[in-house]
Amino acid sequence: MEPVPDVPATASGPGRVLVAVYAIFAVAATSRAGVQIATRFDEAPLPYALSAFAAVVYVLATIALARSGVTWWRVALAACSVELAGVLTVGVLSIADAAAFPDETVWSDFGRGYLFIPLVLPVVGLLWLRRTAPTRTPR
Amino acid sequence: MISEFAVAVALSALAVAVWSFVLVARNRPPQRALLAGLAAVEVLLIAQAVLAAVLLIAGERPGSMPTFIGYLAGSLVVLPLGTVWALAERSRSATAVLGVACVTVSVLVLRLYEVWGGAGA
Repeated sequence: MEPVPDVPATASGPGRVLVAVYAIFAVAATSRAGVQIATRFDEAPLPYALSAFAAVVYVLATIALARSGVTWWRVALAACSVELAGVLTVGVLSIADAAAFPDETVWSDFGRGYLFIPLVLPVVGLLWLRRTAPTRTPR
Repeated sequence: MISEFAVAVALSALAVAVWSFVLVARNRPPQRALLAGLAAVEVLLIAQAVLAAVLLIAGERPGSMPTFIGYLAGSLVVLPLGTVWALAERSRSATAVLGVACVTVSVLVLRLYEVWGGAGA
C-alpha cells in the first residue's frame, strides 16, 4: 500500500481564520440568493442563478477547507479556483452589461458591496492551499 | 429599532474587534477578559433582538421582513458559533477568529438598521 502523505491541515493556524471568513460568506451568499430566488427570480434569472452558484461554491470551499485529507484539499483547490474565475467573470459582466445585473450579487462589481472581500478571498485561499499542499514535505 | 441602541451595539462589537486584533498583534490566545467582552456584546445583541420583537409586535415593519429576520437571527448566532470555532484550537488565530466574528456582528447590525429604515435587500 502506498503511504498516505502527511497533509498539513488546512483548518489549522491561520487556516482557522480563513475557514471562519469563508463560513460567513457561505451563509451570506446562501441567504442572499435564497431571498432573491424566493421573492423575485423572474426579474433577473441569470444573476440570481449565479448568486445561488456562488453560494454553493462558498459552502463547498468552507467544508473542504475545514476538513483534512488530500481529497478535501483538491476540492478546496477546485472551489477556490472556480470562485476566483466566478468573481472575475461576474465582475466584468456586471460592469459591461449593468442592465442584466439590476440587483447586487456577491460577485457584482468584483464584490464591491462586500468591501472587495470576494475578490481577495479566493486569492488568499489559493495561497493558503499552496502553503498546505499535500506534495510538500511534511512540517 | 432605536438607532442610538443599534449604534451602541455596533460600536461595542467594533471595540471588542479592535481589542481582539491588538491581542493578535501581541501574539496572544483568547483570554478570559476578551471572552467576557464578547459575552457583553452578545447580551446587547439579545437585548436588541427583544427590542426588535417588541416593535414588530407593536406593528412597526422593516423594509423587508425576511431579510430583517435573517439579519436578526444571524446577529445572535455569529458570536456563539465563532467562539466555539475559535476555542477548538486555542492559538493566536483563535483570537483573530473572535475579531472577525465581532466585525461581522457590527456589519450585521448596520445592515439590520438599514433594512429597518426601509432598505429592501
